[in-house]
Amino acid sequence: MTLLGVEQLEARHGLLHAVRGVTFEVAAGETLALVGANGAGKTTLLRTIAGAHRPAAGRILFEGADVTAVPAYARLRTGVALVPEGRRLFTGMTVKENLMVAATHGRSGPWNVDTVVEAFPMLRQRLNSRAANLSGGEQQATAIGRALMTNPKLLLLDEVSLGLAPIAVEAVYRSLEALIAGGATIVLVEQDIGRALRVATRVVCMLEGRVVLQGSAKEMTRERVTEAYFGLQHARRATW
Amino acid sequence: MIWVTQLLNGILLGGYYALLACGLSFMFGVMRIINLAHGDLAILSACLVFLIADTTGISPFVALIVVLPVMALIGWGLQRWMLERSLRAGVLVPLLTTFGLAIVIENGLFEYFGADTRSLAPYIGDFAYDSWAITSNVYIGSLAALIFVLAVVLLGGLKLFLTYTPLGRSIRATAEDPDTAALVGINTRAVYAIAAAIAVATAGLAGVFLAMRAVFSPYSGPEQLIFAFEAVVIGGIGSLSGTLVGGIVLGVAQTFGAQINPQGFLITGHVVFLAVLAGRLALGGLRSRGGIPGLRTRPP
Amino acid sequence: MSTDRGFVVERWTRLSAASSVAAGVILVILALAPLVFDANVVDNLTTLFIYLILSVMWNALAGYAGLVSVGQQAFFGLGAYFTIQLSYHGVSVYPALLLGALVAGILSLPISVLMLRLRSGEFAIGMWVVAELAHLLVALDPLINGETGVSLIGLNAYGADDRRAFNYWMALAAMVVLLAAVFVLLRGRLGASVQAIRDDEDAAESVGVRVLAGKRTIFFLAAFGCALAGSLWLATSISFQPRTYFGIQWTAYMIFMVLVGGLGTFEGPILGGIIFFLIEYFFGATGVWYLVGLGGAAIVFALFLPRGLWGTVEEKFGIRLLPVGYRLRMLGSKGPDAGLAAAQDGQKP
Repeated sequence: MTLLGVEQLEARHGLLHAVRGVTFEVAAGETLALVGANGAGKTTLLRTIAGAHRPAAGRILFEGADVTAVPAYARLRTGVALVPEGRRLFTGMTVKENLMVAATHGRSGPWNVDTVVEAFPMLRQRLNSRAANLSGGEQQATAIGRALMTNPKLLLLDEVSLGLAPIAVEAVYRSLEALIAGGATIVLVEQDIGRALRVATRVVCMLEGRVVLQGSAKEMTRERVTEAYFGLQHARRATW
Repeated sequence: MIWVTQLLNGILLGGYYALLACGLSFMFGVMRIINLAHGDLAILSACLVFLIADTTGISPFVALIVVLPVMALIGWGLQRWMLERSLRAGVLVPLLTTFGLAIVIENGLFEYFGADTRSLAPYIGDFAYDSWAITSNVYIGSLAALIFVLAVVLLGGLKLFLTYTPLGRSIRATAEDPDTAALVGINTRAVYAIAAAIAVATAGLAGVFLAMRAVFSPYSGPEQLIFAFEAVVIGGIGSLSGTLVGGIVLGVAQTFGAQINPQGFLITGHVVFLAVLAGRLALGGLRSRGGIPGLRTRPP
Repeated sequence: MSTDRGFVVERWTRLSAASSVAAGVILVILALAPLVFDANVVDNLTTLFIYLILSVMWNALAGYAGLVSVGQQAFFGLGAYFTIQLSYHGVSVYPALLLGALVAGILSLPISVLMLRLRSGEFAIGMWVVAELAHLLVALDPLINGETGVSLIGLNAYGADDRRAFNYWMALAAMVVLLAAVFVLLRGRLGASVQAIRDDEDAAESVGVRVLAGKRTIFFLAAFGCALAGSLWLATSISFQPRTYFGIQWTAYMIFMVLVGGLGTFEGPILGGIIFFLIEYFFGATGVWYLVGLGGAAIVFALFLPRGLWGTVEEKFGIRLLPVGYRLRMLGSKGPDAGLAAAQDGQKP
């Protein structure tokens, strides 16, 4: 069944028209990879879906209900959680406090501090450390864990591999694969096309605010996505 | 042994300053707003309690039970209708609107009460003058001691509240990053309103105690604001425990300054404030949060 | 101006040229006032000029340098104080008025070393502390007699009519010179740097704008201007009481004038000053209710009409009376007022 529907969404980022007429759906249990170059509008799109950004036009449907006007904190309580770009942990708080503060207003469900630590074992020793003192990988784990504490139905992940050492990225993706295997619905923004195709069931590619390519990950080849990423399929049609 | 008495008096005075500054520091820590009407709100509370005590004969301590929630409500309303809009409009606007509010409150109170100085001391009987003998030569006022204890309890209580309760954690998260706080389900508008209510209620508490231990008039607000601000800055902006330290430093400086010259009370306070400011700038640059290392809780 | 770029950068429009001529005419009329109008009018105009000075100076600080000072009364009082000191030490009265203000202005420089390093809220109250300290220290001076105050007896050397005229001309000259100074600064490099500072300090610094120097210049100018206003007030009221001159009400007036007129515009504070003068003229005797009104108006304007009256008009119609900005005229379009107006200054509170 369709968990998330985005219809003709338009959003601005300052004066820039960052999201133009974007339409797609995410079914329960799917993993959607959102790829595109920097500035393609992916972060704005994700933030708009989470309610942190007001769209200029269009609709967002969650479980069939129109949530376009619902503010971020209320949207979280219906089940949409965003792990923002750059992690954005509360650096003045410990890992445990970061997790607990999210649980205060989230939904009830299987995720709590213990199960989060099971999913991200590296955090076990760091529960009482200040978030500012963590390594990149630990911060990312905490950020994802924090979103999970709200027991979301839809998890949005914005560039989780950004700024991480390869070994940390591996660890994060292993945890993500476990989540996916557990039936989570995920929308994942990722710069690394290969990784995105491996872990996703569907792919949406954006260029300059528009969706230029959508389809099942299995049917996509890396070449097709790369072309769309750089806008080359348009270039190929240009007269030489 | 007179200097020991003076030192103790200065420390106890610092307790009052900490009580007064608590709300200013809290509001700044959570919302980054310096409320220029802070002192006037304290005086407003004193006037309300005075009104109740004067017309009904109820003890000011009892009147507090009615007035504090009223002040909290005023704080909530202030945030909802004025400060929220001010925050969105830019950095300068909260200064301008809170200043306008200060002028409105002062002059409104003047229109209603006139220029006379008043005090709540007559309404609390002997308590205003009681003192305890620590040794045969050293006395401390019981009211001053009560205020000091109250300040410690309030600041400590706030710290515990912020550290260990869910609402406290939500406030800390909102203070640090309101955008991300919304993403984890925190209703930041409600948080700000609650923080404002707490800040103004504590200002109200301090105002009533000012009225008990000294005199006040409708135009006393700005002076109290300056004391509160000096205490906050000396202790380090953004630190609750720093506020207690800052209050004590200010109180002691003022008390010793008064020994030199009647005007020395105020002058010494201002000079110490400017000196601490200059010293901190010279040492580390004011880009840092300041405060005494080890005593800070972040935030606020 | 290269025309093959497709546009032309202009400073003067027809409207601004016309306004400048009108301003010149008004100035000539004003200069003749003591000879033509009666004593009351002259006194009122003098008061108006002093308000205008305060308004323009506070706007320069807050609107251009982004420095909200709640303590400019420090300089207002110090200007008057140093005038008294100089006069009592034998300096002739009218030069003393100017020199007193200058001394206060120079004093602002060491003050700025500390104050300008503070962030906005801290700067605001910090300046208030400076004002309070100045008040206390001045009241300690035996010459001043504590809060009782003292009179500028040097003024007795002049007859009442002469005094009135000299005060008037001095106030007019001060206002014109200060307005001209602000105008020149705005048009020059400092003007552009100052807008940049106000809009984004870090970005400005990264392109080489000397942020601190720009702020200090404006801080000094505002201090000198407010000090001169204080001296002039002393000249008109003759007596000096610390509480009056160092009182916070001066800041309340300045904030009102600038917010209502238009923060960050050139014409705004002038409009605000005139409005304030009229309000005080008609309502000043009603007691403090009008102060409540001032405070309330400040709140309402700050929240709902942040550009002030003039700023809103300027924004809606794109007019600017005096040529402080730049206009981009696309060639091939109808005229100077069509096309893009790239004038950025004065648009942001």
